[in-house]
Amino acid sequence: MLTALTFIFMLTAAFAVLGFIAVSAMFLIWWERKVSAHIQSRFGPMRVGWHGVLQSIADAVKLLLKEDIRPARADKLIWWLAPFFAVVPSVMVFVAIPFGRTLVPRDLNIGILYIMAISSVCVIGVFMAGWGSNNKYSLLGGMRAGAQIISYELPLVLSIIAVVMRAGTPSMQKIVASQGSCWNIFHPDMMLVSVIYMISATAEVNRTPFDIPEAESELVAGFHTEYSGMKFAMFFVGEYTNLFIVAAIATTLFLGGWHGPILPPVVWFLIKTYALVFVWMWVRWTFPRVRVDQLMAFAWKVLTPAALVNLAIVGWLLLKR
Amino acid sequence: MKKMRQDEIFADIKAVFPEIQEEAGSGAAVIPKDLLLKVARYLRGEPLAFDNLHCVTAIDRKEKIEMVYILYSVSKRRALTLKIYLSPEDLNIASLASVWRSADWLERETYDMFGVVFSGHPDMRRILNPYDWKGYPLRKDYTHPEFIPKPRL
Amino acid sequence: MNMSQTKDIRTEEFLINMGPQHPSTHGVLFLEVKLDGEIVVDCTTHIGYLHRSMEKIAENRTYTQFIPFTDRIDYVASMNNNLGYVTAVEKLMNLEVPERAKYIRVIVAELNRIASHLIGIGTFAQDLGAFATPLFYCFREREKIIDIFDRICGNRLTYNYMRIGGVQFDLPKGIDETIKQFIAYMRPKLDDYDTLLTYNAIFLARSKGIGVLPKSLAIDYSVSGPNLRASGVRWDIRKEEPYLVYEKMEFDIPVGVNGDAWDRYKVRIEEMRQSLRIVEQALGALPEGDPTVKAGRIQKIAPGEAYMRTENPRGELGFYIVSDGSTYPYRLKIRAPSFSNLALLPELVKGLKVADIICVLGSLDILMGEIDR
Repeated sequence: MLTALTFIFMLTAAFAVLGFIAVSAMFLIWWERKVSAHIQSRFGPMRVGWHGVLQSIADAVKLLLKEDIRPARADKLIWWLAPFFAVVPSVMVFVAIPFGRTLVPRDLNIGILYIMAISSVCVIGVFMAGWGSNNKYSLLGGMRAGAQIISYELPLVLSIIAVVMRAGTPSMQKIVASQGSCWNIFHPDMMLVSVIYMISATAEVNRTPFDIPEAESELVAGFHTEYSGMKFAMFFVGEYTNLFIVAAIATTLFLGGWHGPILPPVVWFLIKTYALVFVWMWVRWTFPRVRVDQLMAFAWKVLTPAALVNLAIVGWLLLKR
Repeated sequence: MKKMRQDEIFADIKAVFPEIQEEAGSGAAVIPKDLLLKVARYLRGEPLAFDNLHCVTAIDRKEKIEMVYILYSVSKRRALTLKIYLSPEDLNIASLASVWRSADWLERETYDMFGVVFSGHPDMRRILNPYDWKGYPLRKDYTHPEFIPKPRL
Repeated sequence: MNMSQTKDIRTEEFLINMGPQHPSTHGVLFLEVKLDGEIVVDCTTHIGYLHRSMEKIAENRTYTQFIPFTDRIDYVASMNNNLGYVTAVEKLMNLEVPERAKYIRVIVAELNRIASHLIGIGTFAQDLGAFATPLFYCFREREKIIDIFDRICGNRLTYNYMRIGGVQFDLPKGIDETIKQFIAYMRPKLDDYDTLLTYNAIFLARSKGIGVLPKSLAIDYSVSGPNLRASGVRWDIRKEEPYLVYEKMEFDIPVGVNGDAWDRYKVRIEEMRQSLRIVEQALGALPEGDPTVKAGRIQKIAPGEAYMRTENPRGELGFYIVSDGSTYPYRLKIRAPSFSNLALLPELVKGLKVADIICVLGSLDILMGEIDR
């Protein structure tokens, strides 16, 4: 029965999460520019606020005020809906992410399964953007994105299943609790799994070396070429939110979630998540891009068999116990 | 591999094509227009092995158009310049695109600038000027409203 | 769906226009690409967007007045263009150049070769997706070279430094210290590029085996420069027909094995190492004297013609000058290396994927200013 108090709690939690997403996305955008700048021996944003901290706010204001240009022959409904399909699932995922010992909006007992299912809807948004723009480059970008994300879903889910098998439950909080004594990544059978997860997740969020859907030098801007103003901002924020989500899931599954001495659990969670985000940014600004057929070959011929083999090993070890 | 001196190359070619003359001053081989393709094929093959058509251009000498072909041999380290004189009424010459692939674009540029038509060229179109340009810019009698020759120093 | 039904499924060919404005066609180049899915069926090049009719302008300027125009042919390697032009005119006039001027010319030409290759490599890496990081490192190195040129002749990009019979200014005091420091700084940086990029697995997967140029095809198309050397032909004008003081310099010619995009990239890195060697030797052997020109600025040249080719960073730059006895050239033909290099593109990309077109184009290191003149 839904009492008024429960309802108020739920509303507070929802707004807290939305607020966190907004601030976090802005922070990540600034941080990406700073990290990339220092890797490339330059400074990055320096003018707006101390070392450009307020740059994201300036960008948000700019994007809000920009003219929303729609291509004349774009498929109106699909083109208009696409950004929502890209952003809303990412926000919905936050329901099950455990920020702290009791700081989880709803500890779903199908936690990770729910996350995987909902985040798969993002690919629809990308494909709708590519098709709806009525533009050959966008279509190519959208098709590539679709193929890429769907192909890398398989090793991603297989590696997550290994962790679920180990913990015995898909609930996120219980997975974190099971790592109380030792983080998952330090178990020998989990090491390869975490590597597979990291690589597949890079492909899922379209980051270099797998950023083919937005391959700037070939397709101008890929599936979001024809978007401007707030719609483009939604794709942009969606991308950084996705980055945060995969880092948060990696922290939960492999790095022990919010476990850690002295500091409050939520601080530990954030430290570990942002450390992983930094690793992803580092990788982005170091490596060239993989070609689309090499990408597919890698997913189907290397990662999926490796994940299957690993799954078998984890299962066998569990049976032995 | 014995290096053939310039006069030896000339003697070799003259033995096969007696109509070739040597131009004073530049040392180029002047050949009649209709022999171009035969001479080119001969120069391409052994033993002369001029495998590199380096430059194709034309000079507008008012009473005639001078075609210049600069050939090099990468394998045998030789150089040769061929010259053909065309009269302005008959600006038609055989294309060397079947002998050297580099002739393709070089001949298109010469057509674009001088109006020399290369018969047998796979794609005789302008290359540097827009495709619907009128006139041949590098001819000495070319005029254009925006082109004002400067006074001579 | 059984097999007989799939045979009737037709895939349409897809026409994509790359350019003239595009993030990775180096300059204004228009490619019409016919695709079957991701595979390139045909590619047509349209050039001429940067045509400035330099050859016609040359017939209206004195020989010295044309030197700033040569800067703008290949604006990334201006010193080499200047060099090609003035050596052609000097060959026509049979003019001797003072020894010091020859050494200075070699130093600046080789430094410009390094600067030009840095851009070629940086943009190549950027096209492959190593988004901006190698490019920024290359430009950081290039800044140092440009600062040196700024001190020598006052310009950062189009130098207008060489004159017929010498150079415009003598080297400023203390520049040899700066150049030596630069050489010491640059050598480990080239090893850095090897660590970051050259042997990176993704870079190798993207560029090895792509755009293979066989030896015979390269010579047939009159390809020159690093592209020719990457295909296995040991041909460098600085060794074959030495000009200036190159016969006194000790340097190797890097030669590739397969002629693919990776070889072209590697040859450029190795050429930078060799250029550093040449600059070092030239600095050490720099004689005393006055390298500037004492003769007048207007040359009246007796009727005749001359063809001179020099080794530009992109290939063999040739100047064919015909004079009729007046102060203006009668005909000036610029044989640009990238013109012949680009003619290859449709041949090389047939059967490759869309991403590979950019890879091949980047590895050929063309410059539209040269092609269109």
